[in-house]
Order: sequence, then C-alpha cells, then structure tokens
Amino acid sequence: MAKASKKNRYALVGAWVLFSIGLIAWLSYSMFNSEDKTVFLPGPLTSGHHQIGVACVACHTDGMASDEDIQKACVDCHGEDRKKPFDSHPINKFKDPRNADKLKNIDATRCVTCHTEHQPDMTGENGLTQPGDFCIHCHEDIGEDRPSHKEMEFNTCSSSGCHNFHNNRSLYTDFLVKHLDEPKILPKRILPKREYASLLDEVVEYPRQQYPIKQLSKQDIDAPKQNTFSQEIHDDWLQTAHARSGVNCTACHQQVLSDAKVAEWTDKPKQDVCTQCHSNEVKRFKKGKHGMRLVVDLPPMKPIDAQLPMKEKTAHDELTCISCHGAHRFDVQEAAVTACLDCHDDKHSLAYKGSPHSDLWNKELMGEAPADSGVSCSSCHMPRINFDVSEWTSRILVDHNQSATLSPNEKMIRPACIHCHGLEFTLDSLADTKLIEENFKGEPSIHVQSMDLAREDLKRAEKEREVEK
Amino acid sequence: MKNLSKTMIGVGTLACVGVVGTAVAESDFNKPSITPKTMADALHLVMDSDRAIYTKKIVNRLVKKEKVIKASEHFEDDKALVLPAQMFRFGSELVAKRAEKLDDVNFTYSLQSLWPINKQNAPVTDVEKKGLKFVAENKGKNYYATETLGGKKYFTGVYADTAVAPVCASCHNDHKDTPKRDFKIGDVMGGVVIRIPLGS
Repeated sequence: MAKASKKNRYALVGAWVLFSIGLIAWLSYSMFNSEDKTVFLPGPLTSGHHQIGVACVACHTDGMASDEDIQKACVDCHGEDRKKPFDSHPINKFKDPRNADKLKNIDATRCVTCHTEHQPDMTGENGLTQPGDFCIHCHEDIGEDRPSHKEMEFNTCSSSGCHNFHNNRSLYTDFLVKHLDEPKILPKRILPKREYASLLDEVVEYPRQQYPIKQLSKQDIDAPKQNTFSQEIHDDWLQTAHARSGVNCTACHQQVLSDAKVAEWTDKPKQDVCTQCHSNEVKRFKKGKHGMRLVVDLPPMKPIDAQLPMKEKTAHDELTCISCHGAHRFDVQEAAVTACLDCHDDKHSLAYKGSPHSDLWNKELMGEAPADSGVSCSSCHMPRINFDVSEWTSRILVDHNQSATLSPNEKMIRPACIHCHGLEFTLDSLADTKLIEENFKGEPSIHVQSMDLAREDLKRAEKEREVEK
Repeated sequence: MKNLSKTMIGVGTLACVGVVGTAVAESDFNKPSITPKTMADALHLVMDSDRAIYTKKIVNRLVKKEKVIKASEHFEDDKALVLPAQMFRFGSELVAKRAEKLDDVNFTYSLQSLWPINKQNAPVTDVEKKGLKFVAENKGKNYYATETLGGKKYFTGVYADTAVAPVCASCHNDHKDTPKRDFKIGDVMGGVVIRIPLGS
C-alpha cells in the first residue's frame, strides 16, 4: 500500500516536471521564435491598438522597455498629432518648472498616465483610463474664470461639443463666436479641390527624369514586348491621371533601384512603388487603422481583423493601396464609396445609400451638380486637407489616415463638416449617436450648449467694452 | 644643418605655445565667469530687443502704417500675422525643447501678467506673483529671487513688459477676455519671467 502510494507520488512528480518543461518550452518558443505573442498579453488591448497586439515590441521595444522607451513608442506613432496647433495640451506645456506642482496630481508629460493599455475594465471613450472628471486637477477654479461653468460637473467637460483635451481646434470660444448664427446648410457648399496634378513641379520625389510629365498614349507603353496584357488593362491605364502625367508601365512594374539600376519586371508590384510619388498619402495611410500593421512589419490588415462589423465576402482581403484604388484604373470615385462599402457592414455605412450625402454624391457623378459638391464616405473620413508635406510647404491632399477625424468625432468638423454646414448644426449632429447611425438622415434631436455659451460670452464682453467707453 | 636645427626649435616652440595657448583658451571657455543674474539680464536684453523689432518693424509697420495685413491671435484661421506675444511664446517653447538636450544650457522663460488674457499666463508661483507686482509698481526695476520647484532650485528674474506702441494697449483693452481695459502706452502690462536652474 505504502509502495503504491510512493509510486503514485513519483508519477505525479514526473508528470508535473514534464508539464513544467513543456510549459517552459512553449512559452520560450512563443517569446523568442513565434510571431504571435498574444499569450503574454496581460489584458485585451484598446480598439486603437488591438490590430498590433501580436507585435509586443511595437510598444515594449525589447521586452525590457523603460518608461522612457514606452513614451518614445507612443510619440513615434502619435507625436505629429500631439503638437500645437493640433494639441492644446502638448507635453512641452507641462515640462515648464512653473507647472511642477500640477504634475504631482497628474503626470501629463507621460501618455500612459491617461491611456494605460491592457485595462479594459477601466478604459473609457477614446482610450481614456482616468476618471472622467480628471480636468479638476488643474481647472478646479474654472467657475471663477467662467461663471457660466460654475454649476457644471467636472465629468461633463469632454461631453460632445464641449472640450477635447488634445484637439480642441473646433471647440474653443473664439472659433464658436466666429461661426455663430450660421444656417444649417451654408449657401456655398464645395469641398477643397485636389491639387496634386497642378503641383507636380514641386513634388521633389517625382521621378521626372525617367518619366517626364506629358500625356501618354497607347503607342508609348514601355512594358517589355514579351509581356502580354489584356485590352482592359491598357484601357484602364489610359484613363488614369498616371497616363496623363507620363507615368508609364515600368514606373510601377520595374522600379529604379537606389544604385540607378532597373529592377526586374514584376507583375504584382508591392505597395512601396506607390510611395515613390505618393509618400505622404502612404505615410498617412500607415497612421490609420487601415495601414498601421505595416508600420510594425505585420501582414496587411484584413477586414476580419476589425472590431466593426465587416462583410463576409471581403473578410479575408488584404488592405493595401490597390484594395481601394484597384490596380491600373486607380478610380478615385470608386475608392471614395464603393471600396468602403465593399467591406464595411455597420449601420452607419449601410445607411449611406439613401442619405442626403449620398444623393449629393450621385448628382455630382451624373453631372447634375458642380464638381466637389458631392459627399462620399471619404469626403468626411478621408477629407482633403491642407497638409504640411514638409516643414516649408503644404498642399491639399486626401488624408489617408481615416482615423484622424474620429475619436472624438469633433476632429471631423474643420476638415469636413464646416465646408457645408453651420457650426451649431454640426455640433448638434455629431452629438446625436442615433442620427450618426442613420447616416445623418434627418435633423439632430440633441442640442449642445456650447454655441449658446459663446453667444453669452460675446454679449458679456460687448457690455464690458461699452462700460469702459 | 645648424639652420635646420634652429628652424626645428622654432617650429617646436611655436607648436608648444600654440598648444598651451589653446589649452588656456579652452579652460577659459569653461571657467564660470557670469552669475545667473547676469545671464538672465543678457537673455532678457536679447528677448526684449527681438520682440521690440518684431512689434515695430513687422507688426506695426504692416498693420498700422502700410495696412496690408492684420495680426491675429488665430493667425492660421485668419491668415494673419502672429501677435508679438505669441511670437515670444513660440520662441520660448522652441528654446525649452532645444535646451532639453543641453544639460548646461537649461533655462526657461515666459510672458506673464497680473491681468492675463489667457488665464494660463497668470502668475503661479509666489516669486512670479511678487515679481510681477514689484515690476508693475517699480518702473524700471527688475525683480530677482530664488525658488524651489518640483524639488529643484532656480534663479528667477522678472522684467517688466511695457506697452511700447499704442496698438499694444488698444488690442489688450479691446480683447474679449481681458480683465483690464484701461491700459495706456508706457504702462507695465506684464512681465518676462526667466528661470535658470541652480544645480542640484
């Protein structure tokens, strides 16, 4: 009996040792050899980072990341948007020694103070992991400066249409005052025009030596003779801005290498070739949820990886430039609506067809309305913005970072909404989640107080000026 | 042969003098010779002069004399000139960023007021409060003190910021958010606060 019990004990110990060795081996493999390291995730990631969850090093660098390393990782991806004028609370503001006392309550010099990852239970809207009334740490006496705010609760500061901690560019008082009493729909409703074609001379990276800017015809095609192509490909290409601007077949299919040699012909060029001339568009694409996986060397995003509802038929398609633009045709009108609706299957997307925006878009396509008066998906989600392409120059480009105008959605006001709508109507509409779901079919049922407060503030100032006179 | 030796000795002597001279000069570079107060005064002289030139030769000339453009707090939206106070602040932000990488050139400065249009530019520390009051009440005098912030000791100099042109006073008096609407040319409207760390 005692012998049997001893045997059992040995067997148990043996099993435990084997299990432990197996576990260690599996964890070691996952740590050092496997691409998928999700087993080590201490908790699910936010919607902003879930796509790159398998690439721990994107944030944790070598796995032994210090606070500075983590902060650097945040800034490497989000730094451009965290500068003035896009951020009203840039880090530099808090590095001034006079603000040292404020930092004792909330260390605003570190992103993770307010955006801690892997904490789904305490994560609120826009990835915020601070209590909703965190503004109180620095603005406790706001009621004295702005008597209108005296009775307000601190957890309402960032209510829709009120204040954004980072991008407050469409919500500050003077901006509201400037747009007081505007009609719901502005008399002139035109979106900014594209200007890439007219600025080609200024695009430094444009390979004008190999491909002089001129209209190409079928006779100019420079693909190797042994390659055969369908008539459709020829016709598609001839209709594009590429053919109109001298961008021949080899420009994409046979890249010029850094040593000035010409690469082998390839039937399916990689996304890098687009970067040759469209580096800013690709750069912005990689900043958004569509392209962020490419930054950390992961395979492209597939709709099945998304948290929003997506259509089954395209669930496994990879998202690169040609997913939306299509090879050879590069039809920007198709990319602006059809490409989006091929994948997106949420209520807002499904309600687009039949919405007032869609009616305007169809009218423009049919030639019944002026150019740039239609509203496609990309008019709002990938708007044409005046973008700083370098420290010294800017141009209107389509912002391919479709995440830049969301979370919170007031970021869409300046680049999109106010080209056509009054600010008051815009603020009310963006605060109405049901109206958004119905793709703005109807009127907002919510009224945001911000414009009323701005109006009162203006009256107060006018009165004060009168008294002084 | 004799001549060659002489030449060699001459060259050697010159080289030695050169090396010693350079060493002396280099040690002079690093020898502490100015006080934090002198450094703050010098910095303020540069800041104040640049600011006066921008106000006079750019803003006042183009806005008031030649009337070709306006200056606006929202210069991007209004396609206008940057206000002199903003020009000053943008410079201070860039300095703070660049000085971060230079351990021995670490200083900060800001433009503050007891009557700030932007509440963030109101004095925060006791030294700032006392300093701004002092320079407003004692025209032509600066205020100097030391203070400890976030565990670090600083030398702080406060210098009066005066309405040098009529436009300074009129813009401030007319601004929607100003707490004071009776500034006149020559009035002290605020102060420049320069802060230099005093080691650990």
